[in-house]
Amino acid sequence: MSRLGEKFTKEKVLLALAAPLLALVAAFLLSSVVIAATGKDPLHAFVVMIDFGSKSDSQVWIINKAIPYYLSAAAVAIGFRMNLFNIGVDGQYRVAAFFAAVVGGALSLPGVLQIPVIILTAMAVGAVWAGIAGVLKTTRGVSEVITTIMLNSIAGSLIGYFLSEDRLAVKDGNLFHTPNLPASGHFFTIPTDPKPVYGTVLIAVVIGLAYWFVLGRTRFGFDLRAVGRSEPAAAASGVSVRRMVVTSMLLSGAVAGLVGMPTLLNESFNYGTDFPAGVGFTGIAIALLGRNHPLGMAFSALLWGFLERTGIQLEFEEYAQEIVGVMQGVIVLSVVIAYEIVRRYGLRIQQRRVGAELAAEARTGEKAEVGA
Amino acid sequence: MHALVGENGAGKSTLMKILYGMQRPDEGTIRIDGQQVALHSPADAIARGIGMVHQHFMLADNLTVLENTVLGAERLHGIGGRARRRIAELSDAYGLGIRADALVEDLGVADRQRVEILKALYRGARTLILDEPTAVLVPQEVDTLFDNLRELKSEGLTVVFISHKLGEVLSVADAITVIRRGTTVASLLPHETSPRELAELMVGSELPSAETRESTVTEEPMLRVAGLRLSATDPDGAVRDVLDGISFTIHKGEVLGIAGVEGNGQAELVEAVMGMSAPSGGTLTLDGEDITHTPTRRRREAGIGHIPEDRHRHGLLLDAPLWENRILGHVTERPNTKGRFLGVRGAPELLDLGGARRDADRVVAEYDVRTPGIEVTAASLSGGNQQKFIVGREMSHHPKLLIAAHPTRGVDVGAQAQIWDQIRAARREGLAVLLISADLDELIGLSDTLRVMYRGRLVADADPATVTPEELGSAMTGAADGHLAADPSPHGTPPDGDPADDDPPDDAPSDEVTVEDVPLDEVPLDGTSSDGGSSDAGPSDAGPANGASSDGGPSDGGAGSGTAGAGEQGSGASDSGTSGSGASDSGASGSGASGPGTSDSGASDSGDGGAA
Repeated sequence: MSRLGEKFTKEKVLLALAAPLLALVAAFLLSSVVIAATGKDPLHAFVVMIDFGSKSDSQVWIINKAIPYYLSAAAVAIGFRMNLFNIGVDGQYRVAAFFAAVVGGALSLPGVLQIPVIILTAMAVGAVWAGIAGVLKTTRGVSEVITTIMLNSIAGSLIGYFLSEDRLAVKDGNLFHTPNLPASGHFFTIPTDPKPVYGTVLIAVVIGLAYWFVLGRTRFGFDLRAVGRSEPAAAASGVSVRRMVVTSMLLSGAVAGLVGMPTLLNESFNYGTDFPAGVGFTGIAIALLGRNHPLGMAFSALLWGFLERTGIQLEFEEYAQEIVGVMQGVIVLSVVIAYEIVRRYGLRIQQRRVGAELAAEARTGEKAEVGA
Repeated sequence: MHALVGENGAGKSTLMKILYGMQRPDEGTIRIDGQQVALHSPADAIARGIGMVHQHFMLADNLTVLENTVLGAERLHGIGGRARRRIAELSDAYGLGIRADALVEDLGVADRQRVEILKALYRGARTLILDEPTAVLVPQEVDTLFDNLRELKSEGLTVVFISHKLGEVLSVADAITVIRRGTTVASLLPHETSPRELAELMVGSELPSAETRESTVTEEPMLRVAGLRLSATDPDGAVRDVLDGISFTIHKGEVLGIAGVEGNGQAELVEAVMGMSAPSGGTLTLDGEDITHTPTRRRREAGIGHIPEDRHRHGLLLDAPLWENRILGHVTERPNTKGRFLGVRGAPELLDLGGARRDADRVVAEYDVRTPGIEVTAASLSGGNQQKFIVGREMSHHPKLLIAAHPTRGVDVGAQAQIWDQIRAARREGLAVLLISADLDELIGLSDTLRVMYRGRLVADADPATVTPEELGSAMTGAADGHLAADPSPHGTPPDGDPADDDPPDDAPSDEVTVEDVPLDEVPLDGTSSDGGSSDAGPSDAGPANGASSDGGPSDGGAGSGTAGAGEQGSGASDSGTSGSGASDSGASGSGASGPGTSDSGASDSGDGGAA
């Protein structure tokens, strides 16, 4: 059997497809039950969602919404691949976006410089914010779950402190926000009908490719995954686990710093009290849903956007507004459970096959012996 | 008492798992007391009176023996006085010598094993399954364990045990089942068979020998360890030296064996040499280069290969496919790397996934790793095959220094021979080996130099050509130190000289004791190792003669109770052959003691002994 054949046997493909299918069917059924329990017609709800979600303005909305979701998921996934739970992407991207907005608002450079300066500021701030957790973990042994969630709160307070008129913000009606970016700080958009797609989608694509390449194809990525799979084995193989923890937290934070960029550079052009929050937590769900896979996370980010977009329409049709949240939760749970079931099943089959092949080998061996 | 023997991956552990309800059989039935049962979980198995003692103990270190025993079985006798009384009863009834209030972390390996047995008995076990119970014990402890097991047997319990050590199987089992590749190939009675026959049934090949024939030790030092000290803080916050004043030199082509009861600093020594922990004092020099503060990866690149003690923790990524495990530990070396991205300095280093896959295929083929392919996860392989893969991986990079910690633990005789051959072959090409093992025959057979480690210090050294497992055993428990010189009078181990100097008939009576002391579990290593003795005994046919004695011995034992001891001696004779000393001597005593009753087989034996 050729190597390709070995990698893509029918059974493997089936197993790979089984998990997402199982998850989707389960999520569909469970959501239907919930909708039916509220006394509404579940089938009609799905028809409305598909109908509304496939309109062209919905599609643009979904793509634009999915960009920060994807970046956030990538940031979380870097931690996941190394068995670190960076729950603080939320704080990291808000602090990063805030300081990037301040720097961008204060400078007035040509676009080729202005935009990279803003982006690099965001990445650096995000990395520093996450790096604090990494350093605390390696030097003091504090769990990154605790530190990153604490740093989320601190991030909120820090931004609140600076976001006032006498410090770094301007007042605009009831809202405070940082000074607007000059036009040179506006990222390009891709003209589509009726509204344009944000050009920052390119950043997401680049991050996705880099994620795939660095983790799957480089020594660094192998070391990172090795630490994630087994810390003692990685240490014995020559990886400095402490350095790896700090490096991956810095990387995760740098990517988290990008999460605010689509909003800042394509939409709001400033950081205000109405800047979207909570995207970091959405990223956790999307990373789980996408199994930390660059393409999987892209699909789940889009799915998330789709659910949010169509949820608005469901409300008009007098469905409970919480129904979308329920669906999102059900999908994540179904996916996690379905993958685990399929993984165990696959492992059992694999082990049984190892046994069967060895037994077959033994039989032919014995025949040969008899023959000889 | 029923023994289950078989190669790695033969299905012994799977069978045990099925018996203990951890796995469901596809077909077939299990009968307990003539009653067909279906076991769905370990709880089911316990309810049916099956108790299991795992190879890796399942005890909570920070709890007492009493607490560990009642854990999960609180309903039986509560957790207080009644439980304590029950433990005392069981302990007395079977001579286990359990102290109910001792903390498990303070207990030695043998004591922990007894606690595991007690746990099973406490839950009402009538059938006790032991998975390789002797793998972690020193010879003296093995004897005690078997005494305990005989006690259980006499009380009407059934004992099933898995072992790789054919000698101990023959000496204690009442019935033997040999498994190969998932099916029973033979059911035997111990007096009907011999270690050689058993081994051939298991692997269909000759018995392996740890014996190293010619010395390849050179004058060039490869690893020099000087005054190595390592402090650690224990859970109570006290700082103590886990390694103290460790100094040794391994030359090119030399195997340095470290004997010692586990937990006396061997693991720490390996970590210090690998660079996983920073020493508090002393220096390490590899091939003339100071590596005291070199990081692990640089040391690996400089040519240190590592067969870890715990392959699951340190040697493999269990969830990763086999070919990714090929990369582990050698990520910066060919064939796993393609160099830097576009050849630019400072650019990320690229993995060569194709190269790693191809080489994983090669390792699987060359090292006889039994697996359906390299895409399966490392976890789905059996222990012995995982070990073969690790050995293959480490040897593929042509190390200068190999750190081999228990390289054949849990590995069957076939794979064992293969691993030994590989170490020996590499040693001929100048490989230096730091060998750490609990298998004394492996140590004695493979090593050029032996050191004994006790409480973080190297307390004794010995010449593998003359030392016996007993002498090593007593040094391991701290009862002896210094140079373990051959001591002819009390223990009858003659010096390394020409056996012709010894007078076999005179020595025979005093030797009887010694020979019986020789633990039989070493036999599988020795069937052919008696060749080692043959080089001492002279170029004639002493080797085959010793082989005959180990064959003849057990069959003598079957002839009657009076000659059973002689049978043991017969196999014991080849046993001390491992030590490379006195093979002809004890061989002669074996035949001498067996007397006229064994003249048929013993004749050729003593004849050759006499010739020597």
